[in-house]
Amino acid sequence: MIKLENLTKAFETPAGTVVAADRITMEVADGEICVLLGPSGCGKTTTLKMINRLIEPTSGKIFINGKDTDRYDPVELRRTIGYVIQQIGLFPNMTVEENICVVPKLLGWDLAKARTRASELLATINLDPALFLKRYPKELSGGQQQRVGVARALAADPPVLLMDEPFGAIDPINREVIQDEFLKMHHRLRKTVMFVSHDIDEAVKMADKVAIFRAGKLEQFDSPDNILAHPGNSFIADFVGSDRTLKRLRLVRVGDVLQASSLRVSGDDQVEHTVALMNEHGQEFMVIVDTEGRPRGYVDVDIVRDRSGAVGEHCAPLPATVRLDEDLRAAVSTMFMHDIRWLACVDRNGVFVGCVTQRGITRLLGETYRAPDAVPH
Amino acid sequence: MAIALIVAFSLGIIAQRNGLIDSIGKYRGDIVFLTQQHIKLVAISGGLAIAVGVPLGLWLSRPGMRRAAETIMQALNLGSTIPTLAVLALAMTFLGIGVVPAIFGLWAASLLPIVRNTYAGMLGVPAHFIEAATGMGMRPLQILSGVELPNALFVMFAGIRTALAVNVGTAPLAFLIGGGGLGELIFTGIDLNEPSMMLAGAIPTALLAVLVDYAVGALAYWVVPRGVNPLR
Repeated sequence: MIKLENLTKAFETPAGTVVAADRITMEVADGEICVLLGPSGCGKTTTLKMINRLIEPTSGKIFINGKDTDRYDPVELRRTIGYVIQQIGLFPNMTVEENICVVPKLLGWDLAKARTRASELLATINLDPALFLKRYPKELSGGQQQRVGVARALAADPPVLLMDEPFGAIDPINREVIQDEFLKMHHRLRKTVMFVSHDIDEAVKMADKVAIFRAGKLEQFDSPDNILAHPGNSFIADFVGSDRTLKRLRLVRVGDVLQASSLRVSGDDQVEHTVALMNEHGQEFMVIVDTEGRPRGYVDVDIVRDRSGAVGEHCAPLPATVRLDEDLRAAVSTMFMHDIRWLACVDRNGVFVGCVTQRGITRLLGETYRAPDAVPH
Repeated sequence: MAIALIVAFSLGIIAQRNGLIDSIGKYRGDIVFLTQQHIKLVAISGGLAIAVGVPLGLWLSRPGMRRAAETIMQALNLGSTIPTLAVLALAMTFLGIGVVPAIFGLWAASLLPIVRNTYAGMLGVPAHFIEAATGMGMRPLQILSGVELPNALFVMFAGIRTALAVNVGTAPLAFLIGGGGLGELIFTGIDLNEPSMMLAGAIPTALLAVLVDYAVGALAYWVVPRGVNPLR
């Protein structure tokens, strides 16, 4: 847990006092990722660097896991906080292994233990230890260097991780991959993470909480969905973008809007029976499944209404299906691509579990706007 | 390289025909003695220059010194424009005749490249390495020895190499103020119009310069970590 209380930093400059961070108060729960977001010079990096005392606060308190960090020697404190910067800062004179072992060595681990740890960490970031331990940073690609940078920060298993635009210098394709890897790792390790970014999409993707900064002030501190749905003022609304409702699509899994139903027919069922079912449930289509329950196609009510025989004879192929764990952005994109209004969903084994409809999605996204009082701020 | 070898070989044949090698051989005893003296001069003055120059460069590169450092570097640059001969003459004025003023003069001449390269090498270490190191909980001395020095080492070695090359090449002048060394053969050879004597001093001086340069180069190759060594 990280708790900031009235954290303030004022710099004296020839032009007068500049308040880079103005009475910042916030709390990040254990295992959460909090993204500090805002334009350049808004105080987000200053706030981050005060936590590991690279910048000494002018006033205010910082608590990590309930302990006042003022009581610790800054150098000792930093060894218990993972730190990743945008330029990565791997030491070029050291091998990957030596880089990862820096903090364990500072903490006095014995060499064998530190080396085992380095090798484990490389494996978790999908780099083969046999190949990479003895390499120098200049022999790695940018993406590999950034992974090693994260591994180095995690070396001594710190409870808290500070990341200063860690993926900012990586090309967009690799950035997505590394973000996904990081999230996967995060779900296993459950560190408390403070993450500086200026990219709203990155924030929406990574964050449990988003803190929006402007000119040294914390403007809004909330879940990504609430920031997008209910920006606190026009600055935040502008910052998150006019397509902010679309961005919320990424926050919702297909499983959350699924109209789970047992409605399905097999190819041998009679058309009359199928039409009766569709009428009964007010549905214009019906998914046909095979004996294993996998979707095999569908029939449209308009096409089969006046037909007879086995429904399988009128089966049209499904243009696409989505998995339950995909986000709505992917689902909507698939719908748009195939010009359809609903999608069949499958679980991990490919078994049909229900449908998502455009109506269902818009209803869910619109819900929060209809009842603004119900949203906690 | 091959051409250089052929040229050297041809020169050797010509020298042999003229009996030059035999006449240089006459000075063998002097060559051995004076070469030792020469090496001593270079080793002491060069060693002192490294012992003073490296710490001075490091000190000037500390954040607290940044402002003063530029001024001091300018002064040192100005100092380096004074010809070594003039430095030796000045040293003689204050320190008299002999080995001590010679060593002082050579020390002063080779100090600057070492300070300058140490300073430049340290400033060349990107700030984000230092930020990362600080953020990970390294203390200033640990950062200096573990991050800054290894990353500045290649540039520092280049300075030491230049300084020692200058030193070996300038050391013959030490003879002029009674410091001894191979200059004795060179200058006496010139005065007596005795080319073989002059060469008996000049050739070992040249060989020594090449040898020292090679030795420092080899040292740099092995000492500078592979990750920051452009040669490996």
